[in-house]
Amino acid sequence: MNGGPLLTRLALAPRQALTFELDGLACSGLAGDTVLTAVLALGQVLRQTEFSSSPRAGFCNMGACQDCWMDSADGLRLRACTTPLAAGMRLLTRPGR
Amino acid sequence: MTTVAIVGAGPAGLRAAEQLVRAGLRPVLIDEAAQVGGQIYRQPPAALQRPAKALYGFEAAKARALFERFSALQPQIDHRPGTLVWHIEGRNLHLLQGEQAASLPFDALILATGATDRVLPFPGWTLPGVFTLGAAQVALKAQASLIGPRVVFAGTGPLLYLVAWQTTQAGGAVQAVLDSAPANARRLALPQLLARPSVAAKGAYFLARLQLAGVPVLRGVRLLRAEGSDRVQRLHWQQGTRLQRSDCDAIAFGHGLRSETQLADLAGCVFDFDELDQAWLPRRDHAGRSSVAGVYLAGDGAAILGADAAEHSGALAAQALLNDLGGSAPAAAAPAPGQTAHRRFRQGLETLFPLPADWAAQAQDELVVCRCEEVTAGELRACVRDTGTRELNRLKALTRIGMGRCQGRMCAPAAARLLADAAGCSLAEVGRLRGQPPVKPVPIAALAAAWSAPGPVPAEERDD
Repeated sequence: MNGGPLLTRLALAPRQALTFELDGLACSGLAGDTVLTAVLALGQVLRQTEFSSSPRAGFCNMGACQDCWMDSADGLRLRACTTPLAAGMRLLTRPGR
Repeated sequence: MTTVAIVGAGPAGLRAAEQLVRAGLRPVLIDEAAQVGGQIYRQPPAALQRPAKALYGFEAAKARALFERFSALQPQIDHRPGTLVWHIEGRNLHLLQGEQAASLPFDALILATGATDRVLPFPGWTLPGVFTLGAAQVALKAQASLIGPRVVFAGTGPLLYLVAWQTTQAGGAVQAVLDSAPANARRLALPQLLARPSVAAKGAYFLARLQLAGVPVLRGVRLLRAEGSDRVQRLHWQQGTRLQRSDCDAIAFGHGLRSETQLADLAGCVFDFDELDQAWLPRRDHAGRSSVAGVYLAGDGAAILGADAAEHSGALAAQALLNDLGGSAPAAAAPAPGQTAHRRFRQGLETLFPLPADWAAQAQDELVVCRCEEVTAGELRACVRDTGTRELNRLKALTRIGMGRCQGRMCAPAAARLLADAAGCSLAEVGRLRGQPPVKPVPIAALAAAWSAPGPVPAEERDD
């Protein structure tokens, strides 16, 4: 991995932690996070493209470009930039099986 | 009871709702976001609430006023947050609220669908860490986070300087602001920009503060390519004959805004080519009446004029709708006071922030134009060469450009320019991508559930 996560949080009042899974690993986000924020505050990728398997990490952050759809281990698909993070989510950066 | 639906709860939609409530109606206000405000006045979730001044800067008072008026009127508005309009068939909106599909028959409709960043891509723009200017601003406003930490701002337009300054102010490490507009643009634009001196002064303020903060601000820049292994690590660019490199962890870029017009298209509105926006826009009269009776257009979704003009056009469209419902004579066809100043100012912005005119000619064949389907500039040019196509929907059918999940929202301005350049015709001549339902991805399970629910079948559709 080159460098740190793509997003840095501003120092604000403490918020409730929300635990979730990312590619099977236990992770922690914060109340008020979107899925995109929670994942990119920890890393650099949301998904891989269907054609070239190149990594993507969103683009427009407002539900227009559709480049941040993630799979969940529960078989759901969610648009990371418009979906609030919820405790217990099991997110995948690679297509679910 | 007359059902008036408003799509979009930004400044245009909110002012329209207010006007309708005052006339005794109970409008249905539909928006994809959880809270009202649109993109410009986007509100963070409750856990991330901050003072208006921190979120909206100079525009804090306007944002507060809009929210306060909405709160007061909320009991008289059927507000449907978190709801997507994914299709319009005749006088019926198809909705998706969470995972639940529904439909809403309407008598009149105001489309206030707003805008997204207009982007002319450069090689490497699909790398993680490359975002739109709007994305960087949403991260900051709604999620209290910065892209980067080291970030380069690039492209052109008012948002370039605004978001670069907001990021600097929030503690972000802005490496450079790279504007594609030529160095003499400021002098040329000044007379038109003085149509709205206070707005022009804000722009000058952002620029001055960036320079005071030591952020390099460069004009006449061509973006060459972003590079990195699995994420952006540097941006190569050129100013005149000088080749430059900026090391960075993120890039935010954009070239002005692009109206969201898919729903107007599905509603059957006639479109015209707009020279100022360099795009096909739904036709409307001075008050926002579209070519379809009972369908009205307001805000940046109708033409890019900014938040103040959006508020005005929202109120105007609602008034036109009320006049039409009441059967009173339409108001005289003079532009409303203020609208001409907005338009003149907008012309000034086009002079100040012109799109790079030679973008298409300079785009390399390897450039990925369509993020969704990974279609390259070379594939588009080959298609034009081999088939002689000069029309954007034909190009879509042949190459899948604009056929992916985003429905051409991100690639259409670039694809149209490449097509016009390759076919040797004007941007107007290549046409526009037709809107297709669903305008955004909709889970098939939600549709199946909605359609399996037995409902009355209209007489003309019965086959027994």
